[in-house]
Amino acid sequence: MMPNSRNSPLLHVTGLKQEFDVSDPWLSRMIHRQPRCFLTAVNGVDFSVQPGETFALVGESGCGKSTIANMVVGLYTPTAGKIYFDGIDMGSITDRKKEMKIRQRMAMIFQDPYASLNPRWRVNKIVSEPICAFGLLKGKDAVLKRTGNLLRQVGLSARDGNKFPHEFSGGQRQRISIARALASEPDFIVCDEPTSALDVSVQAQILNLMKDIQNQYHLSYLVISHDLAVVRHVADQVGVMYLGRLCETALTDDLFDDPQHPYTRLLIDTIPDIDMTGIERTPVKGEIPNPMNPPTGCPFHPRCPLVKDRCRKIQPSLTPIGNGRSVACHEVI
Amino acid sequence: MNTPLLSVENLRIEFPTRRGTLVAIDDVSFTIDSGEILGIVGESGAGKSLTGQSIIGLLEPPGRIASGHIKLNGRRLDNLAHNKMRKIRGKEIGMIFQDPLTSLNPLYTIGRQLIETIQTHTNMTASQAREHAVSLLEEVGIPAARKRIDHYPYQFSGGMRQRVVIALAVCVNPSLIIADEPTTALDVSIQAQIIALLKKLCNDHGTAVILVTHDMGVIAETADRVAVMYAGCLVEIGKVRQVVKNAAHPYTKGLMNAIPSLSRRSQKLIQIDGSMPRLSDIPKGCSFHPRCLECKDICKESRPDLIGTGTAKVACWSYHDAKL
Repeated sequence: MMPNSRNSPLLHVTGLKQEFDVSDPWLSRMIHRQPRCFLTAVNGVDFSVQPGETFALVGESGCGKSTIANMVVGLYTPTAGKIYFDGIDMGSITDRKKEMKIRQRMAMIFQDPYASLNPRWRVNKIVSEPICAFGLLKGKDAVLKRTGNLLRQVGLSARDGNKFPHEFSGGQRQRISIARALASEPDFIVCDEPTSALDVSVQAQILNLMKDIQNQYHLSYLVISHDLAVVRHVADQVGVMYLGRLCETALTDDLFDDPQHPYTRLLIDTIPDIDMTGIERTPVKGEIPNPMNPPTGCPFHPRCPLVKDRCRKIQPSLTPIGNGRSVACHEVI
Repeated sequence: MNTPLLSVENLRIEFPTRRGTLVAIDDVSFTIDSGEILGIVGESGAGKSLTGQSIIGLLEPPGRIASGHIKLNGRRLDNLAHNKMRKIRGKEIGMIFQDPLTSLNPLYTIGRQLIETIQTHTNMTASQAREHAVSLLEEVGIPAARKRIDHYPYQFSGGMRQRVVIALAVCVNPSLIIADEPTTALDVSIQAQIIALLKKLCNDHGTAVILVTHDMGVIAETADRVAVMYAGCLVEIGKVRQVVKNAAHPYTKGLMNAIPSLSRRSQKLIQIDGSMPRLSDIPKGCSFHPRCLECKDICKESRPDLIGTGTAKVACWSYHDAKL
């Protein structure tokens, strides 16, 4: 299926699936007569990101949200499914030059600002790496001038370019990551938990910076996060994931004001409430099942308060219920 | 006036380094009554974990208590010998650490770890201790406790491990538990379970809890009182409702505004510019003044004391003026 042309999305993924081979080594499999085993991290996910908008994926650890981020930017090759970027099927490109052209339009901000910057490189080299890799500017001076501008844009000074990453705090490092992401003038940035390693007061600075940059360059974001409050703040559309599947997608305000899927409801319900309304809450019972051995039928059924017989047998599919929202649940549709 | 369960008076913790002495905790005082939950909140490096560690006597060298008292039921803890402190640790003060995987010994079954702790502090026989351990595991909500007691930590999920750690902390009914970021390593749905459990246990046993966390939401939901720390100092302490709804100190106000809310959606978060100073260059005067919006001349010169009446206290010159 090609993305529809009515409001052609910048990024469109269909039936995305990623399996990881987690089998034992060949010899021990032979000795113990075990078959190969696979872990399905992402199982048939469809969503699209509109130009200039932010799509957020939320879910608990192990639900496959970071795997999707890595597939979208090409760090993993999907087992099945298609990724369309600006209408072009990313899997079908064989020409390296063409691929570079598209890759240049995407960038990524990683979770851990301590691990994602090379400790032996000066900031100038880190930020200018995309510029040199794509050959965007010629001449040392031009590159240096551009890096200085980028650093100023994210709230650092051009002189900081001569320092090493260890001389910066966590929030400042995340600013460097953002400067690097902007270096190739992308129109789409994947942010994998951009603020979860930061303190709240610094988190607010980074979220504000991301919003300013988005407005300035008309960027689209795919934000991966486990923090629903952050998601509510940054996203235009939200997809809620559970065990490798999307269980609900909706516009942000609709999702938070009127969650449909029982998992979404419970997730919103369990967040500690800073407003202190004093409402008694019931935590979700049980734990996330092992993805090696997911439950039959609806993956959420062992923890679901609305569970019926058919939930244990039939897998619900993501069904549109109008107003741009879709839910995968037998009991809600 | 009855004596509080724990009182910390003018605590100061120093780290001698080659480049001079770093003051990690500076003049921190607070008390906690039995059965009360006190939250300590602050950003990383504010000294909240150190405060917890110094109370239970687990301060790692070269860190040392330079001055001040820590009293449990009127008895001083900060100058106790190691072997005497060992008897108090676990028996009178329990501890829950952040990461449940590293705070359990991976080579022993959880039963062995529980029984060891119980037998160290009580006169129970091995079989009595085992029965007690099983009932504890049932109490913290581990299904099939009689079978699970012989399992190793790796056989439990993160949430279940944290339940085991909680069982270890409460196993000999301490009067105080220090919970250092007990839910930070857990998912939100599991976090809610663990907090509900901690609250219920403290209610049932009348245990006081010092809950160290950076998550204001967890504090708002759990604690009775909250102490806000910034760069090694206590800047505000008070009833949780008062601090969350009506923060007095500019830092607390900024912190509350910087937290994205679920119920309201704004275009921009109100941010506190800058970041917390390093311990090696804490500014003169109020340590928050370079980031403060209400900074006055006096703030740059001398440090405000924690003042206030009753339960609410704040360390800010704006309030000193109001009193004068």
